[in-house]
Amino acid sequence: MLKSPAQSTPTSPVSVEKTKSKLAEQEAKFTLNAKDKYFAWAFLGPSLLILGVFIFYPMVKTLYLSLFLTNTVGKPTVFVGISNYINLLTSADYLSSLGVTLFYVFAVTIITIALGLVLANLASKRLPGIGLFRTLFSATMGVSVSVAAIFWLFIFNPSTGFLSLISTWMHLPQIPWLTDPTAAMWAVIITTVWMNLGFTFLILLGAMSSVPTTLYEAANIEGASSRFQFFHITIPSISPTLFFVSIITLIESFKSFGLIDLMTKGGPTNATNMLVYRIYKDAFYSGNYAQASAESIILTIIIALFTLLQFKVLEKRVNY
Amino acid sequence: MSITLRNVRKDYDAQTEVLKDISVKVETGEFFVIVGPSGCGKSTLLRMIAGLTPITAGEVSINDKVVNDLPPKARKLTMVFQNYALFPFMNVRDNVAFGLKARKMDQADIKQRVDEALKMVNLTELANRKPRELSGGQRQRVALARAVASDAKICLMDEPLSNLDAQLRIKMRQEIYALQRKLGLTLIYVTHDQVEAMTMADHIMVLNDKHVQQIGTPSEIYQNPANDFVAKFFGTPQINILNAQRSQNDNHVLNVSSDLEIALDEEVPAENVKIGIRPDDMKAEAAESVEANATVKNTEFLGDETIIYATLNSGEDIHVVVPGQVNYRIFQPIKVSADSNLMFFDTEGKRMNLSKEAYVHA
Repeated sequence: MLKSPAQSTPTSPVSVEKTKSKLAEQEAKFTLNAKDKYFAWAFLGPSLLILGVFIFYPMVKTLYLSLFLTNTVGKPTVFVGISNYINLLTSADYLSSLGVTLFYVFAVTIITIALGLVLANLASKRLPGIGLFRTLFSATMGVSVSVAAIFWLFIFNPSTGFLSLISTWMHLPQIPWLTDPTAAMWAVIITTVWMNLGFTFLILLGAMSSVPTTLYEAANIEGASSRFQFFHITIPSISPTLFFVSIITLIESFKSFGLIDLMTKGGPTNATNMLVYRIYKDAFYSGNYAQASAESIILTIIIALFTLLQFKVLEKRVNY
Repeated sequence: MSITLRNVRKDYDAQTEVLKDISVKVETGEFFVIVGPSGCGKSTLLRMIAGLTPITAGEVSINDKVVNDLPPKARKLTMVFQNYALFPFMNVRDNVAFGLKARKMDQADIKQRVDEALKMVNLTELANRKPRELSGGQRQRVALARAVASDAKICLMDEPLSNLDAQLRIKMRQEIYALQRKLGLTLIYVTHDQVEAMTMADHIMVLNDKHVQQIGTPSEIYQNPANDFVAKFFGTPQINILNAQRSQNDNHVLNVSSDLEIALDEEVPAENVKIGIRPDDMKAEAAESVEANATVKNTEFLGDETIIYATLNSGEDIHVVVPGQVNYRIFQPIKVSADSNLMFFDTEGKRMNLSKEAYVHA
């Protein structure tokens, strides 16, 4: 028997009504009732509170302060727009700090990654007692910044330090590690690299040990030297990890503060006055909260750019 | 390029012996298959020939030159791995060119060699793909191309087809065989698959329990197995191995319980003997209970033949392959017999050369 069109098409008034009421029913199911809302906020509350108090509020407040002049207790007085930023970016002093920081950041990153690669490559060999070296190489992970700073201050000490003793013994000229601007920069770089090396080493070692051994066996049979294997198998295989640790090291170095404070206090003659240390001094020594806020925002933007770069590149290369 | 192993042994430590006293000569241009069950040490043996695993004792020679202490690259061979060992970050072309680049060959030569190798395995169109963009069979071909591109005349393959599906395996089997013949490679091929061994090999080495069980051509191995292990390893369905006793009345006669009686031309030299009968050398016919010596458990019709799974009255399981289709119902009594190609093994499993002019009847 044939059905009439009105009965079978869904556009008939009756079925439209039905569909609507069904949709409404479904919507009702997904709307939270009062009790559910209460629970939702109860679960979200703690993290929102913590994030709000410690992250969102300071961020917004910093941005806000950077657009004002402030008095000595950090209260905004006059709205000046972006002139804090203009002042900073035209100040030779700030630009020199930026330059110093960039030099430090890239030196630390390059040296850390290079040494990390060398150590990880050595430690990935199967040799008796290699476990001891793996432990030793990653041991600096357990050292706090203050301990590292004090330890290296001893080493750099001009009269009793280990380095000066070696120089004397080998009849080399003494390097005034912490009083010469160039040497102080390298002293800080060496200490930072030493601190970072454990982590970098461990991550790279992990990446290297996940490269299938058959790749190396195939290469051995094909006649590839170990140098060729390192550059044509190991490096490409771990490249996503390599890039990841590079960016992490880069970002962490931008944020260096503890070592600077403990070792050089930004000196001598601002040679190690990195961005974060400068923010600290501008805000809490000079009381120039507005300028410190603007500096913070600039630093945030720089780090955000590198983070963005990391995401973009990793997205592309993570599967080779 | 011939390869000779002399009394090769491998221990991982004092307790774990993996291989013992392996001696064999693989001739130039030969397709040599090493076959055995999982864990019998066949891959280890291959890796020792490649130089990837050191040998504990004995001698490996290539072209009569001892290579025990030579690193893999100095042995002038190539290897195809079970997982293909392709470099995931390189495209097909670079994967194939890897060894040539590593040996710092001239760019133009590399290009020519790689092009030829890719053409030989029909991969020219896919030269710019990464391994992850290829199917299993295509990856397998890249690995083959890499072996082809290198000039080495010895090629080692470690279960190269075990990651492929059944259809593809048959196809690649033929391609590998054709390639080996075309290039005149001395190919040592490790597999656990008796069919691969039977179909491709010039000579087969059967390994089990640390020892070489037998070395021979496929037909020697099948028709003349050295022991019951080899007999059981080759042939589907498996050979029937039945326990038999020398008859008390007539020492020319062997009894499998009361089910089968086998008369030999010569005296049976031992009290207990194992008899091997290939399923297709047996016959089965429907029988009255009095005459029957077995009961049908199940039958499998394969199109051109039927496998009958039955239990002898003594309780031993037996397979019989008969041509065409037969219809036995389950628990139907049948009479099985055999009159040719019987093999005899002693209780240790070692082959006994007894006269084949024997017959079996109920």
